[in-house]
Amino acid sequence: MASMRDIKRRRSSIQGTQQITKAMKLVSTVKLQRARAGAERSKSYFDCMYSTVNSILSKVGHLEHKYLVPGTSTKKAVIVITSNRGLAGGYNSNVVKLITRHETWKKEDLVIYAVGNKGRDALARDGYEIRESTSEVIESPTYPDAMVLSEHLLKAYESGEIGEIYLAYTSFKNTVSHIPTLLKLLPVEQKETEGGAAKSEAVMNFEPEDVEALDQIIPKYVTSLIYGAMTEAVASENGARMQAMDNATSNAEEMISDLGLKYNRARQGSITQELTEIIAGAEALG
Amino acid sequence: MADDKSFQLRIITPDRVFYEGEVMMVEFNTTEGEIGVLPGHIPLTVIVKPGVLRIYEQEGEKEAALHAGFAEILPEGVTILAEIIEWPGEIDQERALHAKERAEERLHSRTPETDIARAETALQRAIARIQVLK
Repeated sequence: MASMRDIKRRRSSIQGTQQITKAMKLVSTVKLQRARAGAERSKSYFDCMYSTVNSILSKVGHLEHKYLVPGTSTKKAVIVITSNRGLAGGYNSNVVKLITRHETWKKEDLVIYAVGNKGRDALARDGYEIRESTSEVIESPTYPDAMVLSEHLLKAYESGEIGEIYLAYTSFKNTVSHIPTLLKLLPVEQKETEGGAAKSEAVMNFEPEDVEALDQIIPKYVTSLIYGAMTEAVASENGARMQAMDNATSNAEEMISDLGLKYNRARQGSITQELTEIIAGAEALG
Repeated sequence: MADDKSFQLRIITPDRVFYEGEVMMVEFNTTEGEIGVLPGHIPLTVIVKPGVLRIYEQEGEKEAALHAGFAEILPEGVTILAEIIEWPGEIDQERALHAKERAEERLHSRTPETDIARAETALQRAIARIQVLK
């Protein structure tokens, strides 16, 4: 049985850890609120962007546009959005798993555009090609950051270097549920619209014509998706960290109470032993 | 109340709702030229070019520098998805003047490497900013 001193030392060390996890939980709760407000503020922009792009696509029908048909290259670019810091439960590894455990993707075909250190490091360790890496961006994503990234990607896409663009991030459903998501950015998938749905929409005119409008709007659409993914990822990161730290705090609590019990038992044991020794000594003298 | 003299205008940026309200008319610059939108416009989607955005409200007029984005015009209202837009109070005049000079210089002393489209956009932006401030 461990001595009283050992138990006491271990308990105070766990108490120290608990204080840290508790503080980290509070910090990420505050950060989560801020990130969530940011994600919600920008939501109306994306909803509007999404519906506009869809209405354009449903109108133009099947078109041999560069953004709508896959490129000839077999290379796929994947934007991987993770965090710079760990201690967030499975947050980072879940995103990485989307890529490493993908059923059909081959390592040689992938080009990684990493946002956030953790994902970059994990994928680099596995031997994936990291084309570009920006890590400071994820601390507080801004729209111009997303513009820079999407500009690079579109350039590579247009030059035929890459054939498809994907986005791997964690989508934020609510405080407790964050879903690692793989999203296809380009070529834009045209959904088969049923006749009824198309008719109910008002006829939309475009200036300039459809094809030119697509040239202009699709890059903005890609940028807004990237930006949206970044803001959601930040919210998810803090949500995941909050959960992880909450679990850690309650685990520490459990261990502390367990050790408290052990400590008391050891204390009682030592008192009994001392008493037995005194009585034995007194008897021997008498 | 909404009547046939006004319509709903919404200007949304990735970070905030920039403007929302009932307006009589809105004017801005597009790839096809400047347009003014009155209530009951036919459905139209246009791409924004850098320029001055003028909002005519019941009580008066407002201006802003609109740089990039696109607009969805419907008979009952207009939604502008703006990538970059600024109120006059948010513009740094010094910076705009410098940007204008730089862009002009780049266009004058052009070399094969000069990205002309980019320099022109930069110039248009700077001009729009300066116009709004006047």
